[in-house]
Amino acid sequence: MTSVAPRDYYGKALVELGKVDPNVFVLDADLSSSTKTGLFAKAFPNRFFNAGIAEQNCIGMAAGLANMGKTVFASSFAMFISGRAWEQIRNTVAYTKLNVKVVATHAGVTVGEDGGTHQAIEDLAIMRPIPSLNVLVPADAIEAAQMVHVMAAEYGPFYLRMSRGASPLVFEGTDYQFKLGKSEVIRQGGDVTIVACGIMVDIALRAAQTLQKQKINVRVINLSSIKPIDEAVLIAAARETGAIVTAEEHSVIGGMGSAVAEVIVKNAPVPMEMLGVEGVFGESGKPDELLEKHHLTVEGLIAKVNLVLARK
Amino acid sequence: MSITKEKIHEILLRATEIREHILEMTCRAKSGHPGGSMSMSDIISTLYFYWLKINPKDPSWEDRDYFVLAKGHAAPALYATLAMKGYFPLEQLKTLRQLGSDLQGHPDKHSLSGVEMSTGSLGQGLSVMVGMALALKHDQKTNRVYGLLGDGECQEGQVWEAAMAAAHFHLDNLCIFIDKNGLQIDGATKDVMNIDPLTDKFTSFGWAVFTIDGHNIHEIVSTLEQADRVMDKPVAIIADTVKGKGITFMEHQVCYHGAPITDEQLVKAKAELHVTKGTYL
Repeated sequence: MTSVAPRDYYGKALVELGKVDPNVFVLDADLSSSTKTGLFAKAFPNRFFNAGIAEQNCIGMAAGLANMGKTVFASSFAMFISGRAWEQIRNTVAYTKLNVKVVATHAGVTVGEDGGTHQAIEDLAIMRPIPSLNVLVPADAIEAAQMVHVMAAEYGPFYLRMSRGASPLVFEGTDYQFKLGKSEVIRQGGDVTIVACGIMVDIALRAAQTLQKQKINVRVINLSSIKPIDEAVLIAAARETGAIVTAEEHSVIGGMGSAVAEVIVKNAPVPMEMLGVEGVFGESGKPDELLEKHHLTVEGLIAKVNLVLARK
Repeated sequence: MSITKEKIHEILLRATEIREHILEMTCRAKSGHPGGSMSMSDIISTLYFYWLKINPKDPSWEDRDYFVLAKGHAAPALYATLAMKGYFPLEQLKTLRQLGSDLQGHPDKHSLSGVEMSTGSLGQGLSVMVGMALALKHDQKTNRVYGLLGDGECQEGQVWEAAMAAAHFHLDNLCIFIDKNGLQIDGATKDVMNIDPLTDKFTSFGWAVFTIDGHNIHEIVSTLEQADRVMDKPVAIIADTVKGKGITFMEHQVCYHGAPITDEQLVKAKAELHVTKGTYL
């Protein structure tokens, strides 16, 4: 399988969008070479604004442009755009229901060497509760690019987060199309369900393959639309497989796993396990070493599946 | 300057009416921010009854000027002005801050005609104005963005991020007032966290800066005219104002920042406003 960093396709999708839609504007906060909004800046210099190292003003300016009818994408690293500018996103973008797409790159521990100060493991937890804000996590670069077009077509505020590194193209050669509020079963199975997002989707598919050898049929759901959440696909999975494991490159507190639990406890309570960062900060290291340390691996996921099956 | 004495009197009369509405609204709501609404009444009266290119019959007119009230807690001043301009019925002013009202404690652009941006969290409005001015520049439009910030609001770091950006992008279609009434919730601005020298700060950030008496209509108008001619730079008009302006017992009193007057005080205040109105009729 080919590996691509989602941000590479994000940047390219912005350029494609810019070509067909003169109403699209892009902002960044001095990280355009990393977030890949620099591609748009080069193609459409008059529709790109660099806020400098000032995320709060970046979001505010994005809101102002959107207030004048523009479709605005604003990017930076997940830590800073979601953390530093949280209240700006909450009050000026979401409360005002402006057409701003906050697109965060470098989420999670796979930021790697830069260490804990740069590894956002809380962003989903702080973005999910904001009313009117849609929250997305693409499983791969292909889905990231699709989300750019869906966000542009759908009026309203969004938060999208993606990881830094290249990851396998889960949807390469498929006719998959992301739909807001829809989450697909990407692997059928009846014994247990893994609900994954971001880079954990590929790991979930590989864990499912391994477990197949032990005659455990794993269903895999790509929960890329964290909000709005696809309740139906989750409830069906709970009822039909009787056990759920969530997997995310995020804290286990308040993230995608919590979003799934909120649906499951109300509608179809079944044993659940959550794989994620266990309430600690990140640190410097190679991305793979950090994934290993936090058990965000095929082995780590299989261990959680075994735990949940023992409780079933 | 072409403004007539009669027009100045009309602006002052409208400002007095705005103050009367502010007091009635906050008194009825038993909450709200009368002090900082009254300090900016002469400025907002000048803008809406003389200066801004707007059309209340067509609130979304493409060529209108935009006004953003960054210090959203002064919503009563904005609401009174918009109602008087005919954006919505004056009767609606009575619903300020009540459950289900379109007149939220801080302005909500989706609930009320004429409100250009939802504001209330201090420090964020100027960034929005910068974005709006950028959009107008990009679209080669000649209409302008006006705004009003509080002086205490300038303690927010984001104001200076936005100030830097406005100058960086040469936004000469952006003009802001700083309602410098010198008081904030916890006391005098100079005691809580000194923001002076404000003129030097904005100047060093690359703005054209004017300092005026924010209750002198003649000065407000002539400065707006000068601001119009400034090229390549955003304009900050630092307006020295009096918190609670217009009612003797409220002036310079920090206690009326976020608290209304009593019903008894309202009677007294209205009597004073009645006398003031008489001088402009």
